[in-house]
Amino acid sequence: MRDRLTRFFASRWGIVLVGAIIGVLGPVLQKLGNPANMGICVACFERDIAGALGLHRNAVTQYIRPEIIGFVLGATLAALLFREFKARAGSAPIVRFVLGFFAMIGALVFLGCPWRANFRLAGGDLTAVPAILGLVLGIAIGVWFLRRGYTLGRSLRTPAAVGWIMPLTMVGLLLLLLWQPVFSEGGPIFFSEKGPGAAHAPLLASLLIGLLIGFLAQRTRFCTVGAVRDVILMRDTHLLSGLLALLVMALITNLALGQFKPGYAAQPVAHSSTLWNVLGMVLAGLAYALAGGCPGRQLFLSGEGDGDAAVFVFGMIVGAAFAHNFNLASKPDALAEGVLKVGGPSPFGMGAVILGLVVCVALGFAMREKKLVAKGG
Amino acid sequence: MVVVDGRGLSCPEPVLLAKQAIEAGKFPIKVLVDTVTSRENVRRMAQFSGCVVEVTQQGDEFELMLRKK
Repeated sequence: MRDRLTRFFASRWGIVLVGAIIGVLGPVLQKLGNPANMGICVACFERDIAGALGLHRNAVTQYIRPEIIGFVLGATLAALLFREFKARAGSAPIVRFVLGFFAMIGALVFLGCPWRANFRLAGGDLTAVPAILGLVLGIAIGVWFLRRGYTLGRSLRTPAAVGWIMPLTMVGLLLLLLWQPVFSEGGPIFFSEKGPGAAHAPLLASLLIGLLIGFLAQRTRFCTVGAVRDVILMRDTHLLSGLLALLVMALITNLALGQFKPGYAAQPVAHSSTLWNVLGMVLAGLAYALAGGCPGRQLFLSGEGDGDAAVFVFGMIVGAAFAHNFNLASKPDALAEGVLKVGGPSPFGMGAVILGLVVCVALGFAMREKKLVAKGG
Repeated sequence: MVVVDGRGLSCPEPVLLAKQAIEAGKFPIKVLVDTVTSRENVRRMAQFSGCVVEVTQQGDEFELMLRKK
């Protein structure tokens, strides 16, 4: 039974089914209360968690998102049930932290990760089109480095404790969410009272959907960045078929729920400063490709014992804190009395994207090992 | 026999190394991996490239033997 399930999940139909399920559940979460075109956004939700903990004090993006907790713990559950939980670490963790940091900067200049780029497009937000082209370009640059021997080196087996740090961190976050303790007057835990941080589906619905997606994605290795990377690298459309299933089903679900509102300017929690949508996603795509997977995939990996993926996730959370504390995250478009005020990043945000691109390209050249190639025997 | 050691490497490096070995054309090729993800990815790529793949499990590691059809 277990082997048959494993084979099904590894098949084309398996990844398509899981992509389709995620595609339906994202818009459903919006219907249940998540922000518009933000059914699931790994970057935004990690940023909300950073805010809830007071790592940044942007009052409208603070909430401990149960979806993130569910992603990790669902993957842990799947890995344990299918005997794939394996503690491992040691593949250039500090580089992964830096990649996670800048992946978050890029995502918050665009205002979404690759997951949300697809949900935005499926909701009719046409600014996602150039952003996705930017994402593809960023991943293509990553592939260029991979072809030239880029590697973060090997991870090693570790004591189980290493693999449990991230799942237990998520249990801790869940307890903070359930109890909502106040640690000091006017202090954390913070929960937004207005803005996107205040928009959320009921806790149990978010958690259960997160757990389901975490479970299914761990089994199928669903990855929004691997989807593009594998096509460029080796014409392999396996993961892409899952991503396309997500996009199509999210579009259909949005149409059915009356959530499809096509347009370019003033889309929900989005800006129409095209250049920075593109460059933000070039940076994010490059950072994710160099780290081996999209932000969702990093959560699933960290759930099955990958300590390096966990470091990447922490890099993203710290990146989110910096993005808001240092005014790097973009402002969304605003409509005031019928007049459109185009949003976008501050000059600091623009500088951070450029810095991120420089750092990622430098890492792409620097992280090389010659002796990994096959040896005769 | 050519040996490709993909153990401990992140996605997609094991597949990339195996693919390079296939393109070099010296069969059989033995690929070592230590995650189910890598096992499935290498298997898919090798079958797509026209290889016969035989998988054996050794502890929690996998050995894939790739032969030309």
